[in-house]
Amino acid sequence: MKWLAVIGVAVLALALLAMGWGGGQGAALNVVGSTSIQPFAEILAQEFNRTSDFAVDVQGGGSTAGLQAAANGIADIGMCSRGLKEDESGLFQVVTIARDGLAVVIHLDNPVADLTREQIGRLFAGEYTSWTQVGGPDRPVRLITREEGSGTREAFQKLVMHKRRIARRALTQESNGSVKELVRHDACAIGYMSLGLVGPDLKVIRVDGAPPTAEEVLAGRYPLVRPFLFVTKGPPGPRARQFIDFVLSPPGQQMLKREGLVGSQ
Amino acid sequence: MKREKIIAAVLMVLALSALSSLAIITAFIFKEGLPIVAKVGIGRFIFSSDWYPLEGEFGIFPMIVGSLAVTAGAMVIGVTLGLGCAVLLTQFCPPRMVAVIKPSIELLAGIPSVVYGFIGVVILVPLIRDTLGGPGLSVLAASIVLGVMILPTVTSISIDALRAVPRAYREGSIALGATEWQTTHMVVLKAARSGIVAAVILGMGRAIGETMAVIMVAGNTLELPHSILDPVRTLTSNIALEMGYAAGDHRQALFATGVVLFVVIMALNMLALTVSRRRTRRGRA
Repeated sequence: MKWLAVIGVAVLALALLAMGWGGGQGAALNVVGSTSIQPFAEILAQEFNRTSDFAVDVQGGGSTAGLQAAANGIADIGMCSRGLKEDESGLFQVVTIARDGLAVVIHLDNPVADLTREQIGRLFAGEYTSWTQVGGPDRPVRLITREEGSGTREAFQKLVMHKRRIARRALTQESNGSVKELVRHDACAIGYMSLGLVGPDLKVIRVDGAPPTAEEVLAGRYPLVRPFLFVTKGPPGPRARQFIDFVLSPPGQQMLKREGLVGSQ
Repeated sequence: MKREKIIAAVLMVLALSALSSLAIITAFIFKEGLPIVAKVGIGRFIFSSDWYPLEGEFGIFPMIVGSLAVTAGAMVIGVTLGLGCAVLLTQFCPPRMVAVIKPSIELLAGIPSVVYGFIGVVILVPLIRDTLGGPGLSVLAASIVLGVMILPTVTSISIDALRAVPRAYREGSIALGATEWQTTHMVVLKAARSGIVAAVILGMGRAIGETMAVIMVAGNTLELPHSILDPVRTLTSNIALEMGYAAGDHRQALFATGVVLFVVIMALNMLALTVSRRRTRRGRA
């Protein structure tokens, strides 16, 4: 009898603990999606969490995964670093929190400085195989792309490639960081990545004559720009609304600008 | 008596739960992967070189070739070095040296694969790019990294196999006038063959299944490689690269990639086993 009582109490305690945990998790606002937006969202969430009475929890997984999570109700807010496709746009309510330039990057020793979108498209489609074809030195062209499904890749596909396919011989890397690492050490390489994350070790190409700076993006002259989106299934709940309002407020936008992004307006 | 039975039953349940996890995994990847193979057609899925998952084209031929090429390269490096090492340590080496070398090789097994990949990217890839040409990320780089990774598996199992050969075989051969090297390659290696084949199979399994290090050094292109300096994408890298984003048919196609990997590994294992059995039989006749 004594043993039964002990076991009963233990089970009861465990059940209470589990309920407590469940409750605790329900109290956090889940923001899930694009790994390109993730670092920026984390900075925002950290600031937001200092004054808010509930926590914001940011997770990666990719743009597509973020949209799915938002559609299933697993995430309160989904993060997406590309424009929505036709079949997706009906499902969500969308807020553009910022815009990000897409930088086309080459090795510092490569003298090429200016390319048109058409030339970049031909390079990545594999039609040009030597840098001489775009006015550069006599070196082969080494393409570096992102994996299928990446928001950065999809934005590049839409803005530069249009219907063309990226050549099969393109080396595929799974993050902005490894694209950067490869291009930094290879004088033949060309890649593309988030403008906010480029840093001083790479040369960023002028596209259609416009230098890749935040001012040019804002003025609408730099052509490779993609939106950073927060999506919700239907109108956002009160807490999601509160976080989105914070992100769109002047202090929130100021933080994003400081990190290298361009404001939403 | 009753107690014995209970213990036996408990152990049986434990053993079956290990087996059942294998069964569940197999059933799950086949259930997730087969519908898309049926939809695309098995011939097109395996022999087409067009992998554009977002446009509904699923052909994994270059990745099958990539996995096989990288594994073959790793076997050349890993088995040559590993078997050489095992022969040295069991036949020609003073025990004191064995006590140092064997644990050091086994230590290699404890290094996480991401560390191998990182060293590959930072040291090996630039070296290949600067001395041999090409992008550096290549079949060769992946083979070398994997070859070193499977070294501890191949070496330690081969050592066990060679040590299991009865001393009498060796002594008898030497007594007949054979030199040490003749004894080693004509008697000891033959007698240890099945154990060495097991070592090779386990090494191969590790090489073909490795993902992280390969993603970092193989380049992951979708084109068929023409030389060992060309980059490739393996079956495992394909799954790991795209799983985070995939939905619908794309996701199923990645599971189907897993099915193909599963079948390839099974086929290689069976091939290796039958080859070893046939040779042993002929050896006895």
